[in-house]
Amino acid sequence: MSNAVSALNSASFEGFATVTETGLRGMITLRGDLSSAKLKAAVKAATGAAIPDVRRVTTGKDGMAAWMSPDELLILCDYASVNDTIATLTAKLTGEHALAVNVSDARAVFRIAGDGAREVLAKLAPVDLSAGAFQAGDFRRSRIAQVAAAFWLNDDNSFELVCFRSVAQYVFDVLKVSAQPGGEVGFL
Amino acid sequence: MLTLQCPYCGVDAEETELHAEGEAHLKRFGPGSSDDDFETYLFMRENPKGVHFERWRHSNGCGKFFHAARSTTTLEVFGTYSAQTYEPPQDIKDKITAKYPGWSWREFA
Repeated sequence: MSNAVSALNSASFEGFATVTETGLRGMITLRGDLSSAKLKAAVKAATGAAIPDVRRVTTGKDGMAAWMSPDELLILCDYASVNDTIATLTAKLTGEHALAVNVSDARAVFRIAGDGAREVLAKLAPVDLSAGAFQAGDFRRSRIAQVAAAFWLNDDNSFELVCFRSVAQYVFDVLKVSAQPGGEVGFL
Repeated sequence: MLTLQCPYCGVDAEETELHAEGEAHLKRFGPGSSDDDFETYLFMRENPKGVHFERWRHSNGCGKFFHAARSTTTLEVFGTYSAQTYEPPQDIKDKITAKYPGWSWREFA
């Protein structure tokens, strides 16, 4: 079996905020009726997380669930346990019109940490990232410069950002430019 | 800059997060329809100066299609609503009537 490698092999950049590619992460796209009790139970069993509200993430002991669209969740878990998580989801969703697919190797995850983290993203996405508007547990699908991306705010005030693996280098580069020392705006 | 509220995720999305998808409320005429109907369905579009109904897609977001009612002259947005409907909701029609009494757009007024 070949050795799995993340898109940028945990590359990191230290600017007025720290931008890091977080390495391998298990990601599952789950499509289905988010209001169904069966799907709720399946997500609970697989990750321990509840179904998130609109534009929110929830955390459980074995993973996270993020609201992607009215009929789609992104499940995050350990890279090693993706297949088990999918097996649990699929088994619990028998008879339900739903689909769980492993997308771990199709995506890249970045972490933006530090006091200037909000600013780094605010320069690149058309999203209100002020402390009052975007709070811990908030999740947003938007764009980063020219490509689609989704990000959320952790409890420790660091952002995590998911994008397609094919644009990982581009996203890392624009995040680096945005986090360059001397580029602080000092507004957020 | 046009800002539309996505009725699915509730965000006030600005234009760059959206994609315009043409006129709203088109009735499809497929195989077996008359040439006239098919031509109208394919090519005939409204090009109003004023009230207009459009289809938009929250492409850099939840990915869903929705409808928007706006004015092409002032860029005023009267509202957005789900695409799973055959006609604009009454409250949006009322809002337009309040502003532009006697407006009409295709079969709606």
